[in-house]
Amino acid sequence: MNFTFRRKRISGILVVMPANERCFDEEMKNFNFPPARSLKLKEVMGFDKRRIVTPGVCVSDLSVFGLQKLFERGWLRREDIDALLLVTQTPDHFMPATSCLVHGRLGLKHDVLCLDINQGCAGFVIGLMQAFMLLEQEAVKKAVLINADVLSRKASPKDRNIYPLIGDAASITVLERDTQDSVIYGNVKADGSRAEALIIPAGALRLPSTPETAVLEDVGDRNLRAKDHVFMDGSAIFNFVQTEIPPLIESLLKQAGVSVDSVDYFLCHQPNRFMLEKLADKMKVPYAKMPNNVVEHFGNNGSVTIPTLIAFNLGERLLKESLHVCLAGFGGGLAWSSLLLKLGNMEFNSIVEYK
Amino acid sequence: MKSVAEILKEIRPEFDFTNSTDFLADGLLDSFDMMVLVSALDKNYGISIPGTDIVPENFQNLQTIETLLCKNGARL
Repeated sequence: MNFTFRRKRISGILVVMPANERCFDEEMKNFNFPPARSLKLKEVMGFDKRRIVTPGVCVSDLSVFGLQKLFERGWLRREDIDALLLVTQTPDHFMPATSCLVHGRLGLKHDVLCLDINQGCAGFVIGLMQAFMLLEQEAVKKAVLINADVLSRKASPKDRNIYPLIGDAASITVLERDTQDSVIYGNVKADGSRAEALIIPAGALRLPSTPETAVLEDVGDRNLRAKDHVFMDGSAIFNFVQTEIPPLIESLLKQAGVSVDSVDYFLCHQPNRFMLEKLADKMKVPYAKMPNNVVEHFGNNGSVTIPTLIAFNLGERLLKESLHVCLAGFGGGLAWSSLLLKLGNMEFNSIVEYK
Repeated sequence: MKSVAEILKEIRPEFDFTNSTDFLADGLLDSFDMMVLVSALDKNYGISIPGTDIVPENFQNLQTIETLLCKNGARL
């Protein structure tokens, strides 16, 4: 499904990164694999350092911290928020929506739309699209998109398939109307028949958490995880990305009538270095135009990887200039989505630490 | 240049790959080893095996791996 948005822009990104850093070399002794084998995997996948929350920290804590920073620094006024979208798969509660909790803790105005969106690694791009749609309404002059997850709290420390790559973080993206006659192209796809490739089996109503669902099980691959933990079918996800993302982006570029060469950066979700290098090879994009350094510094923080990539690699640059970028998110659902836009002349674009 | 057998031995030195016709089914390789193997093969032969070719049936045994390499321009 294709979309076109006119006269919309991203005016700022602030990423909230937990100060708590973990190191793969120290953690690998927890896994049921020989160290030499884990070190080979580290080299290929780019595992090194990652940031995760300390016990008890929730999505609303990171989100409120980030918004307060924006208020303190004068980058956003609380009364200007007309829509508060929050993308997460690790909400504070089943109900109410975490966006409402953030709204309440910050004492925001009542004349606002609060909306939670359950999306994973495609959630930044899909969240942007939702915000752009809301900005079509006269009443919505400024939309705030929060992407936040604390998935480390749902990952088994004994599961080498997923634990060493998970990061936690939040990002606050401010969107508004553009005074320039800009056009943003987008597309989105979903395939729920493959939903079980990335799932937390227990803990909601289909399979409530019980003492049994908390028991670590050996599923035959030397990893131990419980049904309360996140499960990822690594091969299925890898094949999904390699099969679906190149045609998604090709279709987007065709829709916009531009070539690969005219795009300054392909800013993709960051599952691991290997997967991104293979994606770049397939699309014949130089590695320098498809950066892949988020996992090694911060871990894979779900829908926050693209804003992290932007703030970490292009933080200062995008305050002064504008670049033609393609964003691509893909993950749980399964869902995949891309956007082509001019990004730049931002008012803020940085990372702050949550302590 | 190393042979495929030598590269496999570096990744899983504890196994004898010559006696298996299905490395994955026999537990000699898992999906993460496959990625480590592809990375090593890419470097060794100066190629890039496409992500869409990184599927279990291409890594069943020495013969299927060599067929995959030839298909992607490696000179064995």
